[in-house]
Amino acid sequence: MASGSEDTFWTQDPEVAASTDVELLKRAWRNEKASPEILRFEEPLVERVREQIELLEQTVEELRAEGKDELMISLYQMDLDRTLYLLRSYLRIRLQKIEKYTIHISKTDLWGRLSSQEQAFAQRCIIIMKEHLEQSVLGKLPDGYKDVLKQSLASEDDDMVPEPPLDTFVFCKSRGDLGPFQLDDSVYYMIVHRCKNDYRLVQKHMEDGSWALVMLLIP
Amino acid sequence: MQIRNHFPPLHQNIRAPHLQFLNPRFCSMAGQSDPHVSLFSPAEIEFFAEDEMVDIVPNLRVEALNMICGDYGPFTPQIPAKVPLWLAVALKKRGKCAIRPPEWMSVERLTQVLEAERDSSREFQPLPFHYVEITKLLFHFAQDDIPDMYLVKSMVEDIRDVRFHKVELGLETFTNRTQAVKLKNLSAMEANIIRPFSVRALQAFYKHDIPDVASQTAATVNRPSMADRGPRRTLRPR
Repeated sequence: MASGSEDTFWTQDPEVAASTDVELLKRAWRNEKASPEILRFEEPLVERVREQIELLEQTVEELRAEGKDELMISLYQMDLDRTLYLLRSYLRIRLQKIEKYTIHISKTDLWGRLSSQEQAFAQRCIIIMKEHLEQSVLGKLPDGYKDVLKQSLASEDDDMVPEPPLDTFVFCKSRGDLGPFQLDDSVYYMIVHRCKNDYRLVQKHMEDGSWALVMLLIP
Repeated sequence: MQIRNHFPPLHQNIRAPHLQFLNPRFCSMAGQSDPHVSLFSPAEIEFFAEDEMVDIVPNLRVEALNMICGDYGPFTPQIPAKVPLWLAVALKKRGKCAIRPPEWMSVERLTQVLEAERDSSREFQPLPFHYVEITKLLFHFAQDDIPDMYLVKSMVEDIRDVRFHKVELGLETFTNRTQAVKLKNLSAMEANIIRPFSVRALQAFYKHDIPDVASQTAATVNRPSMADRGPRRTLRPR
């Protein structure tokens, strides 16, 4: 099993804590779902998973050609389906966020977190959305109210750009003793406010992989 | 290779093929959940649970499987092996193995857990993170492998009820002073159920009851607060 990362990371059972790429991708998906802003695209990881998927697809073809046991083929096919589902889920949740916060992402340094394909997607999104808004609404409004980004010319900021709500509580999952939180070896859920120092701690641990951001609710 | 470089349309209901046979009840919900309603759908949580390891006793010979998610086997009749739950269920459905119920699913162990759950009004007993999903899948697909299945099933239901009652009591203790909540030994499904309510409640307290904290926060993150920007219409989500 090729595994390009030596990260330690949180898992339900330390005994099965093999850092397979599937586990890493699951973590990436979970964190992406739980975090309001878009996270860095896991390019090398996605690449490795794609390669493994291709390899297994070939293997399944070969086994079919060899007339191997149907059972074995179907088990491999299930593994393949599960991995594909995981990869698609990861890509889709990112696209959902990009669609929602396209302009915000394009104007901030969040842009660098997108893959080149996602950037192309976001650019097309902006163009289409702009065209649509101009044709359907903005063109018919009086002068001074025709801007896509501003409520009116009087607005100093671009105040019509949806931003991910960062001022909110997040749910995190962890185990072990971490920073100011005295935790034993059990599974813990923490609900902490994002804008507190606690959250910086969460972010740090999320980056080094010891915490999984598993859920969060946008108010 | 099925994945193409252009992206598939969003909001299309994707279904996980392996989930469909595993749990018909959740079939219609197997698509990607809306991140703004509830982060993980029950089907997605179940997807995670299916990777938990279980012991099986195969009754046929199968070569070693080198899968993307790990290497399993080779399988020899009557020699126990550890496999992920989804693989165990797949073999079980074809009548190719018996699943050994995990140790914690015995009547004795569950009795202890249930008593301990009832004895302490605050603490949750340590149970597998996915105990709800694991038991549900095993009750569905491996009935004949679980001794005293109906007793075990009703005990697991009792444990769920007792625990959930505690969760509800815990939610009542939230106040406008609550800044962080620590929940020990909460399972995946339980956490998933309380997520929308608890975070929204904390958020509401935070917004309305402690304005000094709110302005302090705005200062720390160096972001203008809502009040600084003048009247601002809340944008509807697209």
